[in-house]
Amino acid sequence: MAATRDGYGEALLALADNPKVVVLEADLGKSTKSLHFRKAHPERTVSCGIGEQNMLLVGAGLASSGYIPFASTFAIFTERAFEQMRNGIARPNLPVHLCGSHGGTHTGTDGSSAQSIEDLAIYRTLPNVVVMHPCDDVSTKELTMQLPGLGKPSYMRTARNKTPVLYEGKESQIKIGKGITLIEGNDVAIIACGVLVHEAMEAAKALQSEGISATVVDMHTIKPLDTELLDSLSQKCGAIVTAEDHSIIGGLGGAVAEHIVTKHPVPMEKIGVHDRFGESAGSEEMLEMMGLKSHHISDAVKKVIARKA
Amino acid sequence: MTGMSISELEEMARKCRIEICKMTHRAQAGHPGGSLSEIDILCALYGHRLRARSDDPDWDDRDRFILSKGHASPGMYAVLAEMGFISHADLESYRVKGGVCQGHVDMKWCPGVDFSAGSLGMGLSYGMGCSIAANIDGSKRNAYVMVGDGEIQEGSIWEAAMAAAHHELGNLKLFIDCNGIQNDDFCEAQMRMFDIPAKWNAFGWAVKVIDGHNMSEIVSAIDWMDTVTDKPAVVIGMTVKGKGVSFMENNPAFHGAAPSDEQLAIALSELGVNA
Repeated sequence: MAATRDGYGEALLALADNPKVVVLEADLGKSTKSLHFRKAHPERTVSCGIGEQNMLLVGAGLASSGYIPFASTFAIFTERAFEQMRNGIARPNLPVHLCGSHGGTHTGTDGSSAQSIEDLAIYRTLPNVVVMHPCDDVSTKELTMQLPGLGKPSYMRTARNKTPVLYEGKESQIKIGKGITLIEGNDVAIIACGVLVHEAMEAAKALQSEGISATVVDMHTIKPLDTELLDSLSQKCGAIVTAEDHSIIGGLGGAVAEHIVTKHPVPMEKIGVHDRFGESAGSEEMLEMMGLKSHHISDAVKKVIARKA
Repeated sequence: MTGMSISELEEMARKCRIEICKMTHRAQAGHPGGSLSEIDILCALYGHRLRARSDDPDWDDRDRFILSKGHASPGMYAVLAEMGFISHADLESYRVKGGVCQGHVDMKWCPGVDFSAGSLGMGLSYGMGCSIAANIDGSKRNAYVMVGDGEIQEGSIWEAAMAAAHHELGNLKLFIDCNGIQNDDFCEAQMRMFDIPAKWNAFGWAVKVIDGHNMSEIVSAIDWMDTVTDKPAVVIGMTVKGKGVSFMENNPAFHGAAPSDEQLAIALSELGVNA
C-alpha cells in the first residue's frame, strides 16, 4: 500500500537532474509531497505562500522562459485559480504541470470542503490541457516522469490515502493517453480511474464467481481519452460501466459517454458521486456512503448487462 | 534599445496617439482611453530602456514587457509598430479575423508580445515568474509589467505584490497607469483605493510617484528603477484617461468606445494631423 501523492514526490526528486525543472508550492508541500524536492533543491523551489492564483501564473512566467514548472496544492484549492489556468496557461499553451492532491471523497475526515469531486470535469474542458488521475504510486511516478516531454500543460489528481500498488516492475506499460487493460473479459468493460480501479478489480473477481466475465481498464488519462481502446471494448463487450471518485457529471463517465455515443453506442452505467457533496467520514466509509464500493460496481454491471439487447 | 531623446520620445508618443485613434475608429471597438493614458510610459520604456530586438523578438535574454491591462492593446500595438516588431500595415488587423493585432494582446499572435493578457490581475504574477527565471539563469534581464489602477482591485495583484517582495525580486519593475477611471465609472465611485503609494510601500516595494505624461520625469523614473536591485520597484504614473484628445480626456465614456468619423477628424486635428 502507498499513496499516489508519494509517487508524485518521488518523481519530482527523480526529475531534479533536469536543470529546467522547478517546483512551486502554496504552503502544502508537506502534503502534496513536493517537500522532498524543496529540501534537495531549495534554489529551484518557489514558495508562493497561501496564494494559488499567483502560483499558477508564476509558473506560466517560468514556463515562457524555458523552465518546466511543477505546481501543487490540494485539488480543491487549484480550483480557485481555474481562470489563471484557463487564460494564463491553457490559452497560451504553456507547459505548467499542476498537481491537485487530496482529490475525491476518499480524502475522508476533512469533510466536504476538502473533497474535490469536480476537478477532472473542469480541467477537461480546457483546450491543450492533459488530465490524469492515476491509481497507484508507481503509475503516478511514471506519468509524472513523462511530463517534461509533454510540451503542454497538465493537471494530475493524486490521493491523500494509501491504495494497493499495481505496477511495481511494470512501468513500461504506463504511457500518458493509453488506458491499461488489467483484466480481460467479454461481457462488460469496467473503465475506472484512481482509487476506484482497485474497487473495479475486486468487482471483476466477484463477478467471475457468478459467471460474468468483465474487462477492467485503468483509464489514468481522462484527456486525451484512449478512444481506440474504448471503441474496441464497446464492440467486444457491448456494455460499459465507468467508475470514479468524482461527480458523475463531466468526469471520466462523462468523457466516455460523450465518445461512445458518437461511435459505437452501447448500454452504459456510471459509478460516481451523484451530484451531492461529501461529509466527514473515513475513506472506506465515504466510498460506501457515495456508492463507490466494489459491490456497487457489481450491481451496475448486472444492470448494464440486463440492458444489452 | 536606448538613446532616443526626450523630444524624439514625445514625437513617438504623438504618432502612437494618432494610431490609437485610427485603430479604434477603424474597428469601431476597443479601448482608446487607457491606451492614450499609458502611451507616454510605453514609449519611454521601449525607446529609452527595454532590451529587446525587433528582428529577433523571441531572443531568450530580452527584457520582458507584460501589458497586464491587455485591453489597452492599441497603445502597445502602436509602439510595436514604431519599434519595428510589426508593420504599420499590421495595425489595420486590429480586431480583424486572422490579424496579428488581436482584441487583447496575445503572445501567440503578435511578435513582441510577452504575455497573453486580457483578464485583469494576471500580469504581475507572470512577470514574477519571468524574474525568477532570469535569476535562476543568472541573467541581468528585467521583467517590466504595466497594470491599470482599477486593475489593482483584483486580489491576485496583492498575492503577487507580497510574493515578489518576499523573494526580493530586484529585477521586477511595475508601472501603474493611474488614470482614475475604470470600465463603469471613476475609480473613486467604483472602489476607492485610498493611498496607493502607501499600500505598495507597506508591501515592501520601492515606490516612486510621477507625472505619467511628463517624458523627462518618466525617463528619470525608469533610470531610478535600475538603481533598485534588492526589492521590486513600482512607478506610479499619474495620468489622464484619453490624454491628448480633448473630448476623451477624463471621460469614462471612452474607456471602451470608439470615436465616430467626426470625432476621429477632431482627434487627428488635435494631434497635429493636417487635413
